[in-house]
Amino acid sequence: MNDQNSVNASGTGTYSNLTATLALAKASFRSIMRSPSAVVFTLAFPLIFILVFGFLGGGGTRIDVGVTPGSDVDNPVMGMLEQTGMIRLVKDKSKADFDKLLEKGNVDAMIDVHRKVNSSAYSVNVVYTSASRDKGGILKSVLNNAFYNKTLKPSVAEIKESTIVGREYRTIDFILPGQLGFSLLSTGVFGTAFVFLSLRQTLVIKRFFATPVRRSSIVIGEGIARIGFALIGALFIILIGHFFFHFTLVHGVVTVVNMLLLATMGIIVFMGFGFIISGIAKSESMVPPISNIVTLPQFLLSGTFFSIEAFPTWLQPISRALPLTYLNDAMRKVAFEGMGLWDVKFQIMILVIWGIGIYAVAVKVFKWE
Amino acid sequence: METNKAIISVKNLVKKYDDFVAVQGLTFDVYEHEIFGLLGPNGAGKTTTLEIIETLRNKTSGEIIVDGFSVDQDPHKIKQIIGVQLQAAGYYPNLNLVELIELFAGLYGANIKPMEMLEKVNLQDKAKAKYKALSGGQKQRFSIATTLINQPKIIFLDEPTTGLDPQARRNLWDLIIEIRKAGTTVVITTHYMDEAEQLCDRVAFVERGEIIALDTPDNLIDELVNSGFERKKEVKKANLEDVFINLTGKEWRE
Repeated sequence: MNDQNSVNASGTGTYSNLTATLALAKASFRSIMRSPSAVVFTLAFPLIFILVFGFLGGGGTRIDVGVTPGSDVDNPVMGMLEQTGMIRLVKDKSKADFDKLLEKGNVDAMIDVHRKVNSSAYSVNVVYTSASRDKGGILKSVLNNAFYNKTLKPSVAEIKESTIVGREYRTIDFILPGQLGFSLLSTGVFGTAFVFLSLRQTLVIKRFFATPVRRSSIVIGEGIARIGFALIGALFIILIGHFFFHFTLVHGVVTVVNMLLLATMGIIVFMGFGFIISGIAKSESMVPPISNIVTLPQFLLSGTFFSIEAFPTWLQPISRALPLTYLNDAMRKVAFEGMGLWDVKFQIMILVIWGIGIYAVAVKVFKWE
Repeated sequence: METNKAIISVKNLVKKYDDFVAVQGLTFDVYEHEIFGLLGPNGAGKTTTLEIIETLRNKTSGEIIVDGFSVDQDPHKIKQIIGVQLQAAGYYPNLNLVELIELFAGLYGANIKPMEMLEKVNLQDKAKAKYKALSGGQKQRFSIATTLINQPKIIFLDEPTTGLDPQARRNLWDLIIEIRKAGTTVVITTHYMDEAEQLCDRVAFVERGEIIALDTPDNLIDELVNSGFERKKEVKKANLEDVFINLTGKEWRE
């Protein structure tokens, strides 16, 4: 053993930067996997949001429609309403109960169906409630679609036709890419900022500098570990979304690979924020507030939960300036609309511009000691 | 020791911070295979001097040669042949000792077996423990293990025994003596004069960035005695630390 090592010790130029970089990546990856905050931010938070919205939405809006006591229940109208998958028929309650539920908006409308006298047609009587106007409106348009075009005898086949028109856009198709983007943002920003600040403050980096390792190896090794961890997290989120909540992956594996490529670009850009914060922050307690200044506006304004079209017009330009907006946008286009990376080149270009800007600042403010 | 070949040679080393001169014109040699002590009060410039030799800090002026390599031209070569234990350095979070040793092996490009390194410093039982969970003495022994990974020619120990109990301290002395026996040169700083007297072949006293004395501990003591110095209290054959060790036993409490 001594002989073998004296060869190394004599420093005959056999030193490998690759070995050093990989050793650092391995160490960093192990450390991240054991860090509760990294796992919580990258996996638990997004999964909780996905669970909440996945169950809440259950595949889009749900409208509770009370069936008036005494109504005919075995007829094509009811069948059609149940077929939409959006409408839940509430039966077997007294008139008084329904009135209360209607008043509170706990049922969104009441429906009463009777066969017209001497006719094969049905008469449908719908009562809406002002406590639930928006859902009443949806019900109205569902009924309009189904009836007014085909006044008499709606056949089951015709109804099916109208439901197949578009790919079903579920809540999960909107929420999951947003959560994925946010997971990448928080792991990139918080993780990188904390690690480099604490490595600097606990003199771990100084000890590294006493070895022949290069600075670039330290940064690249850390980067590899964090990107690897973020991608595993992203894959996990996508698969859970797909298999448990029917998240749409138009081209299957190809779509997943495209999403992971986008995720890699995203995490690299977001890590830049982390490098900057680790340079600015004077202590670990300063990391969360500064990081939140970066992450919270993007969390709220980048279309993570709501489409940015829903924002007031004065707010939209701000949304359209943030990098996460473009990552979310690209993710949704790739996942739901089945676009390739070339189709989202505009979004990628904006991310690249952000990346260049962020790293230009990071190089200036990053501190080694 | 007889050959007295200098492995580190420091000439007129000066380090200035903005308005403060930390080191002003240090000149000394460290011989191959010796244990060399840098002694002096806090803020005297010991750590600064060490860190400049370790290539961790830039000097203002002067010349330093480590095993034939200049700190200006070949810092990378120097890093490959030295082992460094920093005062109060931490280690990568969330990793156990074996994993930390593996990391350093990668950083040094050394092909070693982590368990063998831990055995050298008697930490094989703590292989799966985290650095943070170690006692003070174990932490220092682990730090020393990381300095040995690249089979260095010289190791630098900055106050390795500060804060340790007498057992751990003596245990660390044994380790340092063993390392020297294996052919490694040791440069050490300490505030404990008994330690310097026990361990060091030669010591340099640093004060306000200057060397005020450099010789073997024996010679320095003789010199003082010859100048007419006398201790106020008669020296007994044992001191209180001997009593402590005698009462509490030699084995480490960890």
